[in-house]
Amino acid sequence: MGTTTRPAESELTTPAITSLLSVRNIAKTFGKNVVLRDISLEVAEGEFLTILGESGSGKTTLLRIIAGFESATSGELWMGGEHLDRLPPYKRRVNTVFQHYALFPHLTVEENVAYGLRVARPAEADIDSRVEQALARVKMTTHAKAKPSRISGGQQQRVALARALVKRPKMLLLDEPLSALDANLRRQMQLELKSLQREVGISFVFVTHDQEEAMVMSDRIALLRMGELEQVATPREIYSRPATAYTAQFIGHTNLLRGEVRSGILRCNSLSWKTSLPDGSILLSLRPESIRLQRGALKSFSDDTVAFRAKVKQKAFHGATELLQVECTDGLTLSVRTASQGELRDELEWEFQTRDAMPVRESPERL
Amino acid sequence: MFSRAYRSSVTVPPLTWVVVFLVVPYFLMFCYSFWSVSQSQIIVHSWNLDNYRELLRVPVYWQTLLRSMWIAARVTLFSLVLGYPLAYFLSFYAGTRKDLYYQLVIIPLWVSYLVRAYAWKTILGSEGVLNTLLQYLHLTKHPLEFLLYSPFAVVLTLTHIYTPFTFLPIYAALEHIPRNLVEASQDLGASPQQTFWRVIFPLSIPGVLAGATFAFVLSLGDFLAPALLGGPSGIMISNIVVSLFGAAYNWPLGAAISLCMLVLVVSLLFVSERLEKKWSFS
Amino acid sequence: MEFLVSEGTRKDSQPNWLFAHAVAVFFFLYLPIAVLIVYSFNGSGVGGFPPRDLTLAWYRTLFADSAIWESVVNSLLVAAAAVVIALGLGIPAALALDRAQFPGKAVFRRLVLLPLILPGIITGLSLLMLFARSQINLSLLTIVIGHGTALISVATTEVFAGLQKFDRAQEEASLDLGANYWQTFWRVTLPNLKLSIIGAALLIFTLSMDEIAVSFFLIGRDNTLPLEIWGRLRRGITPEINAISTIIFGFSLVAIVLWYRLRARGEGSSEIATELIETAVQGD
Repeated sequence: MGTTTRPAESELTTPAITSLLSVRNIAKTFGKNVVLRDISLEVAEGEFLTILGESGSGKTTLLRIIAGFESATSGELWMGGEHLDRLPPYKRRVNTVFQHYALFPHLTVEENVAYGLRVARPAEADIDSRVEQALARVKMTTHAKAKPSRISGGQQQRVALARALVKRPKMLLLDEPLSALDANLRRQMQLELKSLQREVGISFVFVTHDQEEAMVMSDRIALLRMGELEQVATPREIYSRPATAYTAQFIGHTNLLRGEVRSGILRCNSLSWKTSLPDGSILLSLRPESIRLQRGALKSFSDDTVAFRAKVKQKAFHGATELLQVECTDGLTLSVRTASQGELRDELEWEFQTRDAMPVRESPERL
Repeated sequence: MFSRAYRSSVTVPPLTWVVVFLVVPYFLMFCYSFWSVSQSQIIVHSWNLDNYRELLRVPVYWQTLLRSMWIAARVTLFSLVLGYPLAYFLSFYAGTRKDLYYQLVIIPLWVSYLVRAYAWKTILGSEGVLNTLLQYLHLTKHPLEFLLYSPFAVVLTLTHIYTPFTFLPIYAALEHIPRNLVEASQDLGASPQQTFWRVIFPLSIPGVLAGATFAFVLSLGDFLAPALLGGPSGIMISNIVVSLFGAAYNWPLGAAISLCMLVLVVSLLFVSERLEKKWSFS
Repeated sequence: MEFLVSEGTRKDSQPNWLFAHAVAVFFFLYLPIAVLIVYSFNGSGVGGFPPRDLTLAWYRTLFADSAIWESVVNSLLVAAAAVVIALGLGIPAALALDRAQFPGKAVFRRLVLLPLILPGIITGLSLLMLFARSQINLSLLTIVIGHGTALISVATTEVFAGLQKFDRAQEEASLDLGANYWQTFWRVTLPNLKLSIIGAALLIFTLSMDEIAVSFFLIGRDNTLPLEIWGRLRRGITPEINAISTIIFGFSLVAIVLWYRLRARGEGSSEIATELIETAVQGD
């Protein structure tokens, strides 16, 4: 079907929130390579926005355009009434935390943090106190005199944060800052970053490919796919009401079901139920946790429940839950998420609510 | 992990060669410096400090040494002035043509040193290309004498030889600077000039030191360029040594001077290495 | 370190003076070579501007000059021998430095690398004294020894660099599969060092062909090419020298293109001469 030119942007629920950064129709081409097509986005003041996407989706390029290291092929950036893309990076009130931290190896932690202040006004007397404050906020005061090569990755990341924040930018850009950390440290830093953002109160634009990370941290997620925005919404919305098949699959697990609607009946393999959707072929997203074991012998078909038999073929143990692959009598395989239980009998009765089968748009292959 | 036999077979041959052809000769040089030469041109093995006293007493020796150091200093300075911006240009602004330009800088290195010195001789002479060109363009009426057979010619030629040598380590050091540091600096508000002096230059210092040391030491000990182009006013310390081993036949004195040069060079290397360690931050 | 080359980024406006400076330096570097080549075809000799009388006369004289060609042969022989010696000792030295621990290793390293940065006159003179004391006559052999000694450092540095890039696990795999140390060396280590060795050989050969400082003191009856040219220069300048110089330049060009292709096949951008300089100065 047609390609989307407008993202499925959900309304900001509070109309009073002001927009800080306005991304208008930004496009970027490298030679023959179209990396970004017509991106339009508003970043609100004080919000934590994540730009989420796979590698090659263009998310880093978008961030670099906002920071000023790349110039867009077309489109505009506006911030605070100023035409941002006309300014070189050192004149923008935007600071970046780089993916590999980019700490200056020849300067101490303290000097690194003070760098941005020193290049602006070298004689300022309160540079020291601001640096101290910034270091205290990221809990790196004891390492102030160390060189970057002597501290760990997690510590370097905090220094990079302090260095960017000490300049009191209007907006902080973070380019996959947690990707080099190991899993536990990463989870810890996610929460710390989130509370830091609340504390400081400025907008954070966070780039990552990790959808779980995006969901944990963001006020809103902008899902980028092959240079176009697939959906921009809060984590909850993007999860429970994915706009496209890609979104449904990228964020969390899902079952994609193809069906036909004819005269108010939706047929999907051997399953069918009543629907008010228009006639035609349809694509549905059904989350694995929406499928439950049938309790007791409730065999009566209610209009809003679909029941079926299926055999458990495979189990993946995830601690608190399990992800099962079940095979229906007609050969259709579905993923089901249940609380961990012991052995399950082969063939069981399953059910789901019809409202949990969300229609989604196709995500056509893009060139 | 490696067997005794393996280890001895890789260490013994080079070690032996180095001892026979490096250590022993240096030791011999050390010995010679304490001997003297008799009237009938025989080397007498009487151990004394005469040679060293002579070096200190007779002005021409330490004057020439100082002049040599001054020439070497100028060569080093000019090579750096030429080489650094070139390296910076290649590293940061050359883009896709970087490799090509790099090859172009390297090519003169491979052309014989003698050939290049000779070429300058033909250019700078009173009948040479430059002088005749200037007269042809009516910019001068008489040939400029200072161009050849002067310290100027030596400095010019040696600068020509050693500029690629200073370029190389500086270029390598600049290439090693992660570009995200440059971006970080600009992100934090530093202009390109500030970024250069606060980030790029400090991180390139080891390369500068390596190139400068190389240029200085080798210029100091050069005898070819002064012999071809230096004239009487451009004589350097190595030319004196050469004549002491030739017509002036005083091996012990020559050995003494060589030994001094050796000590000087090794000390310089030591200092340079210390400085480089201090300025490297990986 | 992935951020070394930035493509398609916002280019700060390239300072014009920087570009002009680069052009000027290139001009300075190539001027003598250009003059040399042009005047090798100049009928009226070495100086004078503008050049006129395009002629091949000097090349003809050159080809008839037997002394020069004898010295060329001598140089080739010496260079070939120098390559053999330098590699024959440099490869083990590199291996020793890379793997073996032995007393005096640091001193050994310094010694091997020292001739790289010492003015050739010191190396030449010290060897002269050795030969004089041991009553060995000066000849092509003594020159060979001189070149070999001076150029071991080149071989060692190149091969050492190659060893650093070499994945040690390959040797461990070979040993694990039952090959002993010698077999591993011949079958696994050496083939991996092929590029380094060839590159080193090319460089050593070229350096030997051009070597004067060391050779100057160790020469017997037979001249090498640089010394033959040097002798003539003392007597007077003729464009014949321009001709031979142009030919040398031609060969150098071929050599460097070859060497660069080799290197480019091995890794990314090459820095061998840089490594040599840095190694010589820093001693590691």
